[in-house]
Amino acid sequence: MVEMIMHVELCKGCGLCQATCPQDLLSTSDQVNSKGFYPVVLLDKAKCTGCALCARMCPDLVIEIHKQTA
Amino acid sequence: MKTVFSRPQALTNKPLHYCPGCGHGIIHRLVAEVIDELGIREKTIGTCPVGCAVVANEYFNVDMQQAAHGRSPAVATGIKRVLPDRVVFTYQGDGDLASIGMTEVVHAAARGELITTIFVNNAIYGMTGGQMAPTSLLGQFTTTTPYGRKKELQGSPIRVAEMLATLEGAVYIARMSVHNATHVMRTKRAIKRAFETQLEGKGYSLVEILSTCPTNWGLSPVEATKWLADNMIPYYPLGEIKVAAAVEGIN
Ligand SMILES: Cc1ncc(C[n+]2csc(CCOP(=O)(O)OP(=O)(O)O)c2C)c(N)n1
Ligand code: SF4
Ligand code: SF4
Repeated sequence: MVEMIMHVELCKGCGLCQATCPQDLLSTSDQVNSKGFYPVVLLDKAKCTGCALCARMCPDLVIEIHKQTA
Repeated sequence: MKTVFSRPQALTNKPLHYCPGCGHGIIHRLVAEVIDELGIREKTIGTCPVGCAVVANEYFNVDMQQAAHGRSPAVATGIKRVLPDRVVFTYQGDGDLASIGMTEVVHAAARGELITTIFVNNAIYGMTGGQMAPTSLLGQFTTTTPYGRKKELQGSPIRVAEMLATLEGAVYIARMSVHNATHVMRTKRAIKRAFETQLEGKGYSLVEILSTCPTNWGLSPVEATKWLADNMIPYYPLGEIKVAAAVEGIN
């Protein structure tokens, strides 16, 4: 299982992560964060493979990824 | 739980001030990841440029020294010569390094200073509002080239990596890009090799990194990555431009 932690207060809604996700699992929230940006949301937790490509493209260290080992 | 991806220790917890989608954030993180992986956080000293990354000292969790515009390689030379057991890097934009600071970087490379330069080429002056840089492409619209950069008027863009590669003292020179995740990972490997070149005392190392400035290019962050791929990479070829014999064994 993959656990994705989104530090949404750091997100600037740039969309680079969305354009990167090979499974197309990322979208934009309809609620602004305190900076006034529409932050990223993960659409389907179950489908995320934990490849971390989104996190590698994020300039703002919004995305943190952990994986269950067992 | 195994951590696949998290904030590197060599970055502080401060939120970055860069514009949405700016390549500086990615490049900061890559440098920090390399510092963590090499276990050199307690002995690394960086220099801040003048440019959007002027406050990089707030973000890198290592000792940092602000340098006057373009003078980072001279400041880093001093630090490294006084403290030869430290790992010293300069972080510079293309205005900082290739305009006002061209002299300093050329001579530091020629002297083979044991420092590493992270050179962020976003083809424009970001901080001051989008003026032409020596690296701006022919035809590129900037506030100082409102009709597009013209060869007859402004000359051709400077390929810094190739130019510095002609110098004996420069032993590892690479050009990478952060426009997609694959290239982000390649960029990290090059940064690591550059730091290792310094750690092994081989000579001057530099990684030029093609980066985006969505704000001053007038593009969305995603469009900017496409513009980089379509326009910058054809003029600025990617890869390891120079790996001197002394460096070949490293990694
Ligand atoms: C001596 C001096 N000359 C000019 C300036 C104005 N200035 C500030 S940043 C900059 C260029 C920044 O461009 P670049 O190095 O490409 O960095 P970026 O902001 O794009 O990251 C200039 C010309 C200055 N601060 N000091
Ligand atoms: S790349 Fe980072 S800052 Fe940009 S939208 Fe995605 S999570 Fe937010
Ligand atoms: S002006 Fe350009 S280089 Fe500066 S922070 Fe904004 S996007 Fe980045």
